[in-house]
Amino acid sequence: MTETLLQAAMSGLLMGLLYALVAAGLSLIFGLMDVVNFAHGEMMMLAMYATFVIWQATGLDPLLQIPIVAVVMFALGVAVYRGLIARALSVQFNTGMVQIFVTFGLAIFLRGAAQLVFGGEFKSITSSWLSGRTVHLAGIYLPLPQVAAGLVCLLAFAALLLISRTEFGRALEATREDRDAVALIGIDRDRIFALGWGLGAAAVGIAGVMLASFYYVSPNVGANFAVIAYVTVALGGFGSLAGALVAGLLIGEIEALTAVVLEPSLKQVGVFAVYLLVLMVRPRGLFGKL
Amino acid sequence: MDNAILRRRRRELWTGLVVLLVLILLPLPIHDVYTRNLIIITLLFAGLAQAWNILGGYCGQISLGHALYFGVGGYVSSLLYVRLGIPPTLGMFAAGLVAGALALVVGWPCFRLSGHYYAIATVVVGEIGYLLFLNWDFVGGATGVYIPFNGDSWVTLQFRTQKLPYHYVALAFVAVTWLAAWVIEGSRWGFSWRAVKDDVVAARSLGVRIFRSKMAAAAISGFFTGVGGAIYAQYVGYIDPDSVLAGNFSILIALPAVLGGVGTLWGPIIGAALLTPLSELSRSYLGGSGSGVDLMLYGGIIVVVALARPQGLVSLLGPRRRKEVPDVRPA
Repeated sequence: MTETLLQAAMSGLLMGLLYALVAAGLSLIFGLMDVVNFAHGEMMMLAMYATFVIWQATGLDPLLQIPIVAVVMFALGVAVYRGLIARALSVQFNTGMVQIFVTFGLAIFLRGAAQLVFGGEFKSITSSWLSGRTVHLAGIYLPLPQVAAGLVCLLAFAALLLISRTEFGRALEATREDRDAVALIGIDRDRIFALGWGLGAAAVGIAGVMLASFYYVSPNVGANFAVIAYVTVALGGFGSLAGALVAGLLIGEIEALTAVVLEPSLKQVGVFAVYLLVLMVRPRGLFGKL
Repeated sequence: MDNAILRRRRRELWTGLVVLLVLILLPLPIHDVYTRNLIIITLLFAGLAQAWNILGGYCGQISLGHALYFGVGGYVSSLLYVRLGIPPTLGMFAAGLVAGALALVVGWPCFRLSGHYYAIATVVVGEIGYLLFLNWDFVGGATGVYIPFNGDSWVTLQFRTQKLPYHYVALAFVAVTWLAAWVIEGSRWGFSWRAVKDDVVAARSLGVRIFRSKMAAAAISGFFTGVGGAIYAQYVGYIDPDSVLAGNFSILIALPAVLGGVGTLWGPIIGAALLTPLSELSRSYLGGSGSGVDLMLYGGIIVVVALARPQGLVSLLGPRRRKEVPDVRPA
């Protein structure tokens, strides 16, 4: 039993790192401009398809694709901001609802587009450097693709934290604190927002690449992960990177342990129940500001 | 209330009566089953969106989990009928009461949260409901509930051989939800709720009890959504978690209200009249092959309407409408 639990705890840890990175992108964007991107899961879905297509066409290993897909997703994030979000932020009425439903519309559109281009069936990367290999550690076995995914997500997370300490990161922080005042000290708010979207999309893109190396891709794959991502962000506190990391790991663990202790089909119920309990005590999440 | 408001309210009631009359006559010259079905589905969504509007529009609490009340309503009336033989004409009130009570149970923790925290909590509560019903054998699990057909009847609300009676059932649902919204607009509650929506702090300082207002709006909204679920279940004759409790259903319920015009009497109806036929037609003409073009079109329309008409399509209907106060949050 202890070994089963340990096994589950390790899998949960690795999955939790992935959840944390997905949530970090969402949280970054929210913290910056109060916008919840309801197409976040679909952005991950696109990154997964990109990985699959590049792998199919060139055989390039997912690990080597990380920089390519990250750049592509960065560009997509900037494009989504410039094309849709900037407009949604400038409307005069119901700003909150407009941004929710604009990103929802985008999510449905992207799902349809993926269906049109790739069809509805599940696709997966059948061979890569890591596939089929396992790590044997203290009596438990871990599939190498998952281990790599966890490590890459941790690295990407560290990179995000580093970025938040640079000049650009300080500009992000300043824009978050007071959107109007930053214009007075020569920070171009619009540019910062666009870069924020780029970074958020790149983060979820990297998570998508790593997920694609061991998980199937389909037009609806983003929806499940998106709900987990919203829960992670709300549990950690909107806008907090550290919160996303802690909440991501917590959710990975709860999910894996509920699956072992209760029943696999109830694993998300366990996650959601803990989330609701925490929010009763801390309505703004574990690390939420205000 | 001053006379201008009273006059406007009376005029809206008359408009409502005229529209009702038109909708009573509408299906008579139409004999095509497909079109009649389309109108019935549109009416159902208009009523559901109006029910959502009571909480989301008037009280400003953006619920993205209304599929829960809809699905539970459908399950309550179906199970009462299948297991205990209680006819859905009674069962739908039980469905509404259970859904309304559930909305209170959900509201109690969730209304402590604000803004996006609230919206996401409702998504999660909806997901929990979906997962529990999926794993709950008593309610049929993933297989759902099949409602046996016992002949056309106004008591069981089953009409398989003709569509016309169900048109009037759905229309009655729309009329009742519209009237509820009309009453709320003019009542003390309506004023309190709009105050809660516009500025919580100001509302509280004027003596509006915030939590109570939200709970009342949620209960009424949940009640009508549950009744809608019962009517829907009786219409299609079969429900399972995927068809009535899935997360995207919550969006389908909210969308007509949002795109038509939140917090307005006609917004949900106009939104449903545009969106439902669009979604159904594009699905049957473009989506049959699973190509995804229907989803692209639907998603695209949502984006375009939300950006081009943030105050809702209802604002296209001429200058007689009261000017809305713009959102004064800092940009």
